[in-house]
Amino acid sequence: MSEQPMTGSEIAIRALVDQGVDVIFGYPGGAVLPIYDALFKQNSVRHILVREEGGAVHMAEGYARSTGKVGVVLVTSGPGATNIVTGLTDAFMDSIPLVCLTGQVPTHLIGNDAFQEADTTGITRPCTKHNYLVKKIEDLERVMHEAFYVARSGRPGPVLVDLPKDILMALHTYSGQAIKVQHKRYQPRLDADPDAIDRAVDLIANARRPLFYCGGGVINSGPKASELLRRLVQMTGYPITLTLMGLGAYPASDRQFLGMVGMHGTYESNLAMHGCDVLINVGARFDDRVTGRLAAFSPNSKRIHVDIDSSSINKNVPVEVPLVGDATHVLEALIARWKAKKLSPDRKAIAAWWTQIDQWRARDCLRYAGSDSIIKPQYAIQRLYEHVKDRDVYITTEVGQHQMWAAQFFKFEEPNRWMTSGGLGTMGYGLPAAIGVQIAHPKALVIDIAGEASILMNIQEMSTAIQHRLPVKVFIINNQWMGMVRQWQELLHGGRYSESYTAALPDFVKLAEAFGGVGLRATKPGDVDGVIAEMIAVDKPVIADIQVDQTENCFPMIPSGAAHNEMLLGPDDEAKRPISEEGMVLV
Amino acid sequence: MEQVERHTISVLVDNEAGVLARVIGLFSGRGYNIESLTVAEVDKANALSRITVVTVGTPMIIEQIKAQLERLVPVHRVVDLSQDGPHVERELALVKVAGVGDRRVESLRIADIFRARAIDSTNDSFVFEISGSTDKLNAFIRLMEPLGLVDVSRTGVVAIARGSKAL
Ligand SMILES: Cc1cc2nc3c(=O)[nH]c(=O)nc-3n(C[C@H](O)[C@H](O)[C@H](O)COP(=O)(O)OP(=O)(O)OC[C@H]3O[C@@H](n4cnc5c(N)ncnc54)[C@H](O)[C@@H]3O)c2cc1C
Ligand SMILES: Cc1ncc(C[n+]2csc(CCOP(=O)(O)OP(=O)(O)O)c2C)c(N)n1
Repeated sequence: MSEQPMTGSEIAIRALVDQGVDVIFGYPGGAVLPIYDALFKQNSVRHILVREEGGAVHMAEGYARSTGKVGVVLVTSGPGATNIVTGLTDAFMDSIPLVCLTGQVPTHLIGNDAFQEADTTGITRPCTKHNYLVKKIEDLERVMHEAFYVARSGRPGPVLVDLPKDILMALHTYSGQAIKVQHKRYQPRLDADPDAIDRAVDLIANARRPLFYCGGGVINSGPKASELLRRLVQMTGYPITLTLMGLGAYPASDRQFLGMVGMHGTYESNLAMHGCDVLINVGARFDDRVTGRLAAFSPNSKRIHVDIDSSSINKNVPVEVPLVGDATHVLEALIARWKAKKLSPDRKAIAAWWTQIDQWRARDCLRYAGSDSIIKPQYAIQRLYEHVKDRDVYITTEVGQHQMWAAQFFKFEEPNRWMTSGGLGTMGYGLPAAIGVQIAHPKALVIDIAGEASILMNIQEMSTAIQHRLPVKVFIINNQWMGMVRQWQELLHGGRYSESYTAALPDFVKLAEAFGGVGLRATKPGDVDGVIAEMIAVDKPVIADIQVDQTENCFPMIPSGAAHNEMLLGPDDEAKRPISEEGMVLV
Repeated sequence: MEQVERHTISVLVDNEAGVLARVIGLFSGRGYNIESLTVAEVDKANALSRITVVTVGTPMIIEQIKAQLERLVPVHRVVDLSQDGPHVERELALVKVAGVGDRRVESLRIADIFRARAIDSTNDSFVFEISGSTDKLNAFIRLMEPLGLVDVSRTGVVAIARGSKAL
């Protein structure tokens, strides 16, 4: 294509452009100065300057999760690279497609403890899907395109490309062909075995107490998978539950949706999981937050498991019918097979199952004691939901109780609207993720539901939001405690609150103002609606400090080491049932 | 508890920087056992290396190990030789025995029985080369212990399926 030799930096940027990248998140430094210089001379790729490299990765994650595209990060060698390790691990755990470009010392200095040298590929090998160190300029074009291919194919994940400075400055032509070359071995399988599809639909049709249990894989597969899932679930009339990562894959307002499953999932979801006879897992990985004590997990069910990564199958829970493939392809095949065989559910059995489920539902497990004088955290999130539900809204979270309440009380009707750190549980994820979402959806309302402890982990990114005029809203459920830690200390350590009080908090209103944003505060229930309305109305970054009940705990809860039918529904249960010793050692 | 089994697994990988670290890191990071691991390039034209790894675990763990290996981008093929039918396994060892007099004679005699060859000899030492199954090597080394065993170097297991089919 281009006969003129280009520098390595120009080749890297050209590859980004050819991959359809229009924005990258990054921070400069010595080793990447050539790329920054090349960025300066072009207009195709927009660079978002962050305040700490860790923030750049979460921004790219928010961008990727809300668009289905690959998020891109650019940082320097040494400390720039080590700062992104948490974000890479987060993206690896939650299957988020990223390409991270890191600077490296020139090839002839590698191994010499050169200034700002770190063994970046060594450090990031266990937390990336794949990584590359480019040692020859001839490899650069191919590696760049391969990185994108690997990041988005199969089970998505982060890919890192380490770029020594001499490579960035070397000259080579850009063929334009590498983007079309098929990867020579990495070819994930998309369609499941037809015989297994056949066995799966028979099992589904013959179920008497079925349950769909679906997760992040449906979102990874793209919006069509959610649509097909809805069709299959509605065709069968069966109940469905979602994981934390799956929220939005099925409309939350639909009657067949039982709410989230797992440790802080609903009573009806967990008891359905425990009591079902056929469990249909699409894109969920039987995580320990979901299964509880494995030996007691869903003891009477036959299981179908759809997953694009065969290592997710039979990892924690043995399954009868594994369907290795992409959720969209497999759901399509299941629906087609179901129709071709003219199958229908056992109406009588299913009606009886729903009667049972409705009894569980009637427990109203998310009910909490309201208050006129003090803001209940659940109330604040419920009000937030009521204010924004008819808008074009995206929600991110930090990690802790507020995250769980957001998952319980916010209703997601479509995929890609909910960004949260599930697998790693990274405090500090929410604000940068919100910034990444806002970049992708400039007109949308983007809210980070935060805790006051978590928000301080990446608060510096407020400055990024201001610089790039991104009106993200930080909605702090401020209980002045690391609430989730306090709750576990209450449950497991006799209420000895070791280091879980967040003392010396800043004045969040002034903090917002110091950054150039707007600060708001609510201290009593009567303030909440007004603060939310103003937060939405202001066209600037906002921190809303919602000062809530300091003692509230998050229920329902399946304590670690317990089974689904040993759930704690409220503070009274907590007192009655001490945690087992085996449970104590689990996280 | 499920029964623990020993499996010999062949892995065909791109011979590129870091590929061995990836495989070893996978085993250590996920807490799988490595009893032995060998690696060498086997196809220069296509830059392919073959790793033979001997591991122990429950059937569920063995299945995980294979799935996790398959997930690595530079991995072409993973074959569980122990499961896929008959195969042959060989290991090579160099065994150094120091001694004089009767012990020296006895070591030579045993080496002969085991078809080990002396590939280096001085007045007071031999280096034997022996190949065969891991059990055979273990037996030989045990017999050499009282006869002045001073040093052992082993390759670890290499293995290949019987019959005409390739990996
Ligand atoms: C404080 C805290 C509490 C938590 N409590 C809960 C809780 O109560 N309930 C809960 O559910 N979670 C909870 N989590 C989250 C939990 O840790 C896991 O992150 C989550 O359960 C995993 O979701 P998932 O099973 O949907 O899998 P994901 O991590 O989203 O993995 C997706 C799966 O789908 C597969 N996949 C990817 N792409 C495709 C495709 N195209 N087609 C098919 N399959 C594909 C992947 O291989 C993988 O197996 C909590 C987290 C925190 C931090
Ligand atoms: C980086 C990091 N460090 C520590 C933890 C452990 N942790 C989980 S929740 C939590 C407390 C969070 O407090 P806050 O943000 O105030 O949220 P709350 O639980 O009060 O809603 C901590 C410390 C973590 N998840 N991430």
